[in-house]
Parts: sequence; structure tokens; C-alpha cells
Amino acid sequence: MMKAWFKSGSPWIWLTAGAVSINLILVVGLLALIAVRGLGHFWPADIVEYRYQDQTGQASVIIGEEVASSLLPEAQAKAAGHEVLNNAEYLVQFLVKTGNRDILGGDFRWIQEQYIQQKSEPQDLISIERREWGNFYGRLVSVKESGSVIAEGDQAWAVAQEKLAKTLDLRDEIDDLQDHDVGAINYSLERLRLKQRSLELKKQWNESTRLDFANQKQELEKQYQAIQQKLGELNREIKKATLVVADANQKQINIPLNRIVKLTRPNSMGLFDKSIEYISTFITFITDEPREANTEGGIFPAIFGTVLMVLLMAIVVTPFGVIAAVYLREYAKQGFITRIIRIAVNNLAGVPSIVYGVFGLGFFVYILGGSIDRIFFPEAAPAPVFGTPGLLWASLTLALLTLPVVIVATEEGLSRIPKSIREGSLALGATKAETLWRTVLPMASPAIMTGLILAVARAAGEVAPLMLVGVVKLAPTLPLDGNFPYLHLDRKFMHLGFHIYDVGFQSPNVEAARPLVYATSLLLVMVIVGLNMFAIAIRNNLREKYRALEN
Amino acid sequence: MSEVNSTQPHSSQLDMMASDRYQRWRLVKDKLVARAVVVGGLSIIAAIVLIFFYLLYVVFPLLLSSHAESVAQYDTPEPALGATLLLAMEEQNEVAVRFTETGKAIFFKVADGTTIATENLPIPEKVTVTSFAHGDFDKAEVIYGLSDGRALIVKHDYKLSYPDGKRVITPSIQYPLGNQPVVVDSNGQALSQVAFKVDDESGTLVAKTADNRMVLAGLTQKKSLFDEEITLERSDVLLETVGSDVDFMLLDKEQRNLYLANRKGDLTIFDVSDKTQPTIKHKLNVMNQGIEISSIEFLNGDISLLIGDTQGELSQWSMVRDQKNHFSVEKLRSFKVSKAPLIAINAEQRRKGMLVADANGAVGIYNSTSERELVKQPVSNNKPAAVALSPRANAFLLQGADSKIHFWHIDNEHPEVSFSSLWQKVWYESYPKPDYIWQSSSASNDFEPKMSLIPLVFGTLKASFYAMLVAIPLSLFGAIYTGYFMTPRVRQYVKPGIEIMGALPTVILGFLAGLWLAPFVEMHLAGIFALLMIVPLGVMVFAFFWQKVPESVRHTIPEGWDAIVLIPVILFSAWFAFAISPTIEAICFNGDLRTWMSSEFGIGYDQRNTLVVGLAMGFAVIPMIFSIAEDAIFSVPKHLTTGSLALGATTWQTMTKVVLLTASPGIFSAIMIGFGRAVGETMIVLMATGNTPVMDLSIFQGLRTLSANIAVEMPESEVNSTHYRVLFLAALVLFMFTFIVNTLAEMIRQNLRQKYSSL
Repeated sequence: MMKAWFKSGSPWIWLTAGAVSINLILVVGLLALIAVRGLGHFWPADIVEYRYQDQTGQASVIIGEEVASSLLPEAQAKAAGHEVLNNAEYLVQFLVKTGNRDILGGDFRWIQEQYIQQKSEPQDLISIERREWGNFYGRLVSVKESGSVIAEGDQAWAVAQEKLAKTLDLRDEIDDLQDHDVGAINYSLERLRLKQRSLELKKQWNESTRLDFANQKQELEKQYQAIQQKLGELNREIKKATLVVADANQKQINIPLNRIVKLTRPNSMGLFDKSIEYISTFITFITDEPREANTEGGIFPAIFGTVLMVLLMAIVVTPFGVIAAVYLREYAKQGFITRIIRIAVNNLAGVPSIVYGVFGLGFFVYILGGSIDRIFFPEAAPAPVFGTPGLLWASLTLALLTLPVVIVATEEGLSRIPKSIREGSLALGATKAETLWRTVLPMASPAIMTGLILAVARAAGEVAPLMLVGVVKLAPTLPLDGNFPYLHLDRKFMHLGFHIYDVGFQSPNVEAARPLVYATSLLLVMVIVGLNMFAIAIRNNLREKYRALEN
Repeated sequence: MSEVNSTQPHSSQLDMMASDRYQRWRLVKDKLVARAVVVGGLSIIAAIVLIFFYLLYVVFPLLLSSHAESVAQYDTPEPALGATLLLAMEEQNEVAVRFTETGKAIFFKVADGTTIATENLPIPEKVTVTSFAHGDFDKAEVIYGLSDGRALIVKHDYKLSYPDGKRVITPSIQYPLGNQPVVVDSNGQALSQVAFKVDDESGTLVAKTADNRMVLAGLTQKKSLFDEEITLERSDVLLETVGSDVDFMLLDKEQRNLYLANRKGDLTIFDVSDKTQPTIKHKLNVMNQGIEISSIEFLNGDISLLIGDTQGELSQWSMVRDQKNHFSVEKLRSFKVSKAPLIAINAEQRRKGMLVADANGAVGIYNSTSERELVKQPVSNNKPAAVALSPRANAFLLQGADSKIHFWHIDNEHPEVSFSSLWQKVWYESYPKPDYIWQSSSASNDFEPKMSLIPLVFGTLKASFYAMLVAIPLSLFGAIYTGYFMTPRVRQYVKPGIEIMGALPTVILGFLAGLWLAPFVEMHLAGIFALLMIVPLGVMVFAFFWQKVPESVRHTIPEGWDAIVLIPVILFSAWFAFAISPTIEAICFNGDLRTWMSSEFGIGYDQRNTLVVGLAMGFAVIPMIFSIAEDAIFSVPKHLTTGSLALGATTWQTMTKVVLLTASPGIFSAIMIGFGRAVGETMIVLMATGNTPVMDLSIFQGLRTLSANIAVEMPESEVNSTHYRVLFLAALVLFMFTFIVNTLAEMIRQNLRQKYSSL
């Protein structure tokens, strides 16, 4: 019976089916893992207050968010040096985000269920997101302005919210002045310096130009003074209000309002409030700048850098990829040369991405960039302009890397266009170029689009080569701004994929940054999977269309 | 009318001409487009060739041989001031100094030997120079031992200035311990041999006196709090001499080890870290019977001794500490330089290289790590009196017995790389035995770069091996089922579903592997292994009982949906595997698998290890192998399978005997491409391993791959340095490897496609 069953081969078929199921489970499981962890990051978690008494018998109060729990079998727990009370089968532990890094020294703490005396979620617990030192959890005591208490007890909450809104407005104003106006002045000063150096090199630096430059500098200096004065006033204004808060052990501390980003009372929020809060946190995440070595705040510069780099890459890669595909399908005689080219295309696709990075660094940055600097920017020496990793080189490197993707997709599109259409066009007297331009390429455009989308998806997720040719963990300025020439191809930029690597592995506080990394990953995965699905949809649509044409 | 008639042909002619021009323009355009497209198409080949040749271009200087060439030859400056004790050059190879036995320092131009300045060293009256030695070449210090038991330490120094944009080098003489000689022997006996080292706080002087005592003097500088005055505190002690004769004395820069040797090869090492209580650390003979030491010098870093003998052999000896912390002195390697005695050895100051001169005036340049003979040239016709290698090791001076000075340039950019230093075991300084080690850089100049690519290649292959172990069964079985058994309706969703996995950025897989999977595996190690057994078993058990289920129930699920039916089964068996693992651990492994492994077998466990990399990278290559293999299986012509089935074969027999055989080249190329991808993958290994370049077969240890190594070290390496070029070499190795794999795979696929179309 059993033997016959094995002989029929049916168990092996089931095993192969099992492999498919495992693959599917892995895909779905991975996406679900990222989605759950990533989306969970924005949900305002309840703050829990524990009365805790550990094995030393010392009682304490712990306030924080419960982040994770773990079940350790008794034997493993004992091996790890824990005591297990009451002969329990498992040791239950909770990871609590206690925040208050400035007081406690760390953000997280493991506590054991067996020592928890009481667990509650009082309504008046507050969570403060600070610009430094991570979150604060505790209770609001009072609000002070210029040293005197202006609200206490029940009124404190409303007053604090109102003052915070005002402070945040001031903050925006200060940031705008600093980044925008002061940045522009610094940029102009730097350009003046370079111009002067360039004139000196050309031996055209004389008394009249000197006076001219001095005037311009003075003018900028004057503007700068005016802005500084205004900044001074704003800074005095913003420092006025302070919150007095108490931590778990009733220790009171002062937090100046200008150090606060957000003030919430998650335990008193309803589902609706929480949803609103959730959306607003998500929007801040996407539109804000990172803080605290990228472990807090938003990821806007990384999104911006990724998009800009990918756009530049698309501009470069499309014509080359399409021309190569056209050559392979329309012009070349199928034979030895096309075979070689196909092998070359496959090799381009198969060469490890880090090798592209090495090539980009050596060839684009040092050879091409170095030559450009010597010829066009002698005044900037010894500081490199294009002779250092930057946006342009990153885009070019990735264009080379994604070239095969565009070629393969375009070729597939071209091969599906029925021969009759080309022949019809030629029979009507059009030249080969006209046929190509007027009929073939328009018909293949969705396929080109597919290739481009796939290339963009690939480029958006590639990190290894970018680490060598222009990505940095923190770029002080965006590569696109209001200063002439607006698009700065020589600047370094931030990138979502590198952000994940950097925050997840290089940051000093990995544990605290982890939710943010999951959120960033989720965003990246959504973009990439979305782009891929879109490309697949276009391709399927196209296949249907040509099948109809052929019949 | 006639007017009209006359104009009409005219205008139509114009039209014709315009149209003619237009037609020609169309043809020209057509030709231009054709040209451009051909150029564009061929540029793909150009791109891949460019990448290859650029990598080769950067790597190429590593392969170039070194050479030296004569630049100038002139008479020794100021020959009347006595014989040369030492020649030395400054950094720029413009100014050199000659210390003479009469206590003079003569600075001269390297290019033509014209004297720049002559300094009289403050040697007291009625006292003569009885010995001489050099200190650290880095610090440009020398010592004169005097006939009254005192010694004078002298430093030659060079100041750079740029008046009018031109470089001017001004030499000077300084006295680090003051311009009064310091007392070495308190008995006032003449010093017949000296050795010394000084640093900012302390100094050590060793001398052999005329009456054969060995004196060790320690100096400590005391700066008083109130004024700048420096006072020296001095201690001295007599060394128990090791037999009567000491011909060579060397003191290392840490002032910790003192090496004494005689010509017969008896080497004694004293521990002099305590200046008042020197002890003998080790004693041995380094020469064979009948051969004598003719010169001895430290290699850069003062860890190894370079010993030249009368038979022309140069050997490197280093103190080595084994696992049990026992010291021994081992001969690391030797070079056969010539047949004549080696009379001068000059160590390079920034690399582990040396220049050796023999008694016939021939010069050889060697590198210890790479065991390369870089240059061998006859320079002078007679015995050299003094040799000086420049600080950058790009020039040397040799003074012959005929009082001629020879000035040579050396072109020797990358001596530390050779086939053996990259691919074979190398016995590095102070290592107990030859080994493969990658450790490319450190802050100090004395560091010996260890650039063996073997640990990296090993790590790369190890990681890809485990990745393939995970990926091949899952992807191939999956491809077999999807390509042959699955109904088209399900396949339409399943195939792109698995393929989309391939689009996931590897940085995300790496991040999950490092921060989620690694701790998970650490916690549930037993569960992971249980999974391997229980899941296939669960599937089999389910399949066995499934056929016993009444047909009416079985038929509610259409054929080809097995994979979907199995999802809950697999989820359940996976859960079961993890649930049962603590019990298994409690019964078989004393409760905890990891502690059990380390106590029973001594197997250590790294959190980020090869198992994690294998799982994550396996996951990353599954879609690629799956997709290509599935294409190959799916496009096996239908008449072959139907023929087989018609002849009475079961579906499984048809699968293994017909479909798999026909598609096997495609499957093979799928595996090759997947392997190529695993070898080059960077982010996953970078994030999921500890990146330690160890060579350990254990699956629970970390590793470092070629690609991760490039990503880690490239941003910090100096452009065009040896390290930079070796990293390019690593990239070239990766490129070549994937090139071969991909080309092969693509050729197999092209052949397969032709075969299918002919079937």
C-alpha cells in the first residue's frame, strides 16, 4: 500500500507543491512582517504604569510603552541567569520603552512579569517627543513662563498645548530664516570667494574688481546682520515657556518648550483621536527632517534624494537602453554579433552591484570628475567639485547598472510587434527610420515604460554601489534649492536604502531607532512592489493587445 | 497664358527640387539613424569591456616589476674630514648628510655632491670618537660613543620653507639631550660599541666598554613644574655578559628588548623594560656552522631582525608567541642575495622592505611580506662604505670604498603584493605560524599589511554555499510544481508573486536578517533545525492521509491547487516545530541547545552567523533561480510530455525522465545565475554577518565576503595606494567570476532555446 503510493510518485509531487507553498508563505510573511512593524510605529501606544518589585525587594514605579514580550522556557531562563519563581514553566518578560534617557541612561528596560505588583494605564500620563534625549514619559505638573508659574493642575494641559503650538510656529520661522536666508547668504559668499579666486588665477584681479567685490560682500554682511538680529529676538521669545514635569518617581524636571516636538496623552485618546494622531505622525514622518543622528524625526531628505537620483538615472538610461534594444531587434542581423551583445547584456545584469560602485568611484569620480575639476573649476582647488562622490556620479553608475533591465523589457516589447505593421509602413514608402519613429517606437512605448519602471524600482532599492559614489548619512543641504544653478549635481545626497542600513546598523541607539527603520523599509517596499506590480500590469495589458493585433 | 505656361513648369520644377532635396534628406536621416543605432548597440559591448579594462588598469601597477636607475655619481664631499660613518637623506631626496669619524656632519646636495654646510659636533677636547651607531631612522638620530665613557646624541633635521613659491630645505643639527655628552659608563672607560633609543620621556643607552663590560644606562626626563628646564635622571646597571664577544647591539624602539649577537651567530635577547633589572629572555644560535653574521638590522617596527651572513643570505627572525604564551625566536624567511658577504642592510621606514648591499657593491631590494626580490643591481665596483635609503624608499646613496657616491632612483610602488602574499600562507611578524589573514590597515606606520584574499574568497564561497543549500531545493521544487503541475489559473498569480520577491531591495532583506532573523534564530535554534525535519514530514503525512479521504471530498478541491491546500498544513507543522523544540531541548540537550553545543563540542555561537546569511541570501536568490528554471520547465514542448504519458508513464515518471532531462540545461543555468548573484551580493552579508574575516567552517560563525569587504574598506582607502588597488583586484575577481558564470549560463540558455525551437 505504502510502497505503491511511493511508487506512484504522488508524495514527491506533494513535496514540490510544498516548496511552492513555503515560497508563498515566505513572500507574504515577509511583507506582512514589514507592514505590521512599519505601520505599528505610528500608532500612539498606551503608556503603562507598573509597580515593580524585583528580586532585591526594592520597589519602584516604571512608566513606559510596552514594546515587546518574550517567553523563555524555564531551562533557558536559568541558563541565562534568571530566577524563575513558583516553578513556572516559562519566564515572561516585557520590553518597556521607558524613555527619559537623560535620567535613566537608556531608553529600554526588560521587566519580568513575576515581579509586577500592579499594572495600570492612568489617563494623565503624558508622552513628550523631544528634540534631544528621546521621549519623556511622566506627568505634567505646571507650565512656567519667564520663570513664573502660569498654569497648574487641570488647566496645565490646555495651556501647555496652546503654548506649544505658538512655540512650534516660532520654531518654523527660525528654521526658515536659518536654512533659507542665512543659507542663501553663505552660498553667495562662497560664490564670491570662488569668483575672486578664478579672477586671480586669470590675472584679472585688480583694484576695480576688488572694490566691487568688497561692496557686494558688505551688502551681504549687512543682510546677514539684519537676519541675525531678527533671529536673536525670535530665539529670546521661544525660550520663554517651560514645562515642569514629573517622572515615574516623582522627580520634577523642567523641559523648555522649544525642545519639544509633540505633547500627547495617549491614554485619554479615543480610537478616533488616535487615528488622527496616527495620520499626522505619518505625514510628519514623510515630510520632516531627521533628528538625533537620524534615529528620530522624518525621512524627507532621503525620499527627496532617492527620487531625484532615480529621475536623473531614468533620463540617462532610457535613450541608451532603447537604442540598444532597437539595434538588437530591428537593425542587427541575428548572428554572432547579436549573440555577443546578448551575452554582454546578461553580464551587465549579472555583475555584482558593488563592482559597479567600484567602477563608478574609480572611473566616474576620480577620472572623469577629476578631469572636469581641472578643466572647469581650477578656482575651487584643492577642494573637489565633481572629483568627489556626488549625485551625478551616483545617477550615472545606477544608469549603467539598470541598462540591461531597460534593454530586455524594450526588446521584448519590440519582438511582440507583428511584422506586418513594419512591412506595411515600409511598403507605403517610409524609410526604416521613419517606420521606427512613427510606428514601431510608439507601439513599443508601453514596453519601454515597463522597462523604465523596473529600472527605477531596481535603482531605488540598490545601496551597495551608492555607498561608494555619493550617498551620505546626513546631507546638510538638498541637491535642489533656491540658489543658482538650483540643481546641484555635485552635492552628496541621502537615500532611503542607505538610511535603513545606516540607522539600523551604524547608529548609536539601534534599539530606539528600530521602529523607524521598519517604517522606512515599509515605505521603500511599498514603492518598489508598487512599481513592479504596475510594470507587470502594463506588460500583461500589452501582451493582450498584441495578441489581438496578430489575429 | 504663355506666361502662366512658362511659370508652371518652373514652379513644379521647384517643387521637384524641393522634394528631391527632401527625399535625399530622408535617406540621409535614415542612414544617420542606422549608424547611431549600430553605435548604440555596440556600446553595450563597449560598456562591459570598459568596466573590465578599467578594473584591470587600476590593478595593473600591482603586477609591474620594480626597477632602479642610476642618476648621478660624484666624489665624496669633503674627503679630508674623515671616513664616513653614516649617510642619510631627507624626505625630498634633495639634501643628504655624512657623519664622519672625526665628529663632523657634512650636509651636501644629493644631486651633485656639493657641500651645503659642515657642522662641527661638540666633542670635548682631548676626547676621541670610539664608536658610532644610529637610532631610529624616523627620528634621524645618531650617537657618538667617546673615549671618556660618555656619548653624544645628535639629530639631523630639515626645515622646509617656500620663499617665492620655491621649496628650500635648510638642514640643521640638534641635540635632543643637550649639547653636552651624557655619561654612559661611570668608570669613564672608552665606549667601543653603543646602541640607544630615546623618546619623549625616556632613553636607554647600551654600551660595551674598552674593558669588556656591558653597561645599560636608563635616562628619564623630568620636567620641573615651574620652569622649562629639563633634568635627566640616570640609572645604570651592568649586564651579565654572554661570553666575552658582542659584535652587534640592537635596542628596539619600545626600549624593551635588547638584542646582542656575535659574529658566530649567538643571539641573546635581554628584557630591559626594567632598566635596573635586565633579564635574559632568550638565547639561541642563528647561524649554521662556518657561516658568520656580517650585518644585522631591525625591520621597520623593530619586531623582526634582518640578519645578513657571509654567504650572502639574508634572513628574517622574529620573536613569536605561541598559544601557550611561550616565546621563541623563529626564522620567518630568507633571501639568497649573493655569494659575497652582506655588509649593509637598510630597512625601509614605512614598509616592510629592505635594501641590502653586498661586499662586491651589488644592491638588492626585497620585501618581507610578499617575499619578493624587487631589484638586484650592481652599483659600485668595490666594497660599499656606506649606504643610505631615503625615507620614502624611492632613492638611495651608496658610497664605495673608492670614495665615489652613487645616487640612484628606485621605482618601487607596490612591493607588498605578490602572488604568494595574496593567495598563499604568509608568515607574518610575531605570528606563531604562516597563515591566511586579511587585515589591511591600521593607524601606525609600523603595521604589516596582511592582504591575503583567501579568507575573503573563503567567506564568499561559504556564504553562497549555504545560500544555495537553502535556495536550490525550494526554488527548483517550486519551479517543477509551478511549471508542470500547477493549473494556469493559479500559476498566473503564483509566478509573479514569487518573482516579486526578487525585486525586494537586498538592504531590507539584510536589515531583517540582521535585526530580526538573527535574534530569532538565536532564540529558537532548536526550532529551526526541527523545522527542517518536521515540515517535509508533515507534508508527507498529510499527503498520505489525503488519498484516504473519500473522493467526494477530495474533488471539491480542483487538481493543481495542492500548493494552496498545503499552506495551512505547513503553517501548522512550522508552529508545531517551534512548539515542540523546548521539549526536545529539555530532553536531549539539557534544556538549551547553544550551551549544550559549546559545553559538549566547544562550538561557539555568533549571533550574526553563516546560518542567518544562508537563510537570508537563500531567500534573495530563490526568485531568480525559480523564474529561470520555471521558464525552462514550462517551455518543454507539450508533445514530449503527452507522448510519455500516452506510453503509460506516470506523471512523476514523465516529470523526472522527460521534462527534467530536457530542461536540465536551463535548470543548470538557473542555478549558475543564482550562484553568481549570491557571490556578488553585498548588503545582506554586510548586515547579517559580523564581517570578521575568519576562516572557520562552522555554520555558527561569522564571515566576510569579497563584496562586503569592498563596501567596508573602499571609502577609507587612499587613492592609488596598494590597499586601493588590492580592493580593485577583489572587484576584478568578482567581475571575472560572475562574467564566466553568466557567460556560460547564457550560452547554455541560447543553445537550449535553439533546441526547443527545433523540437
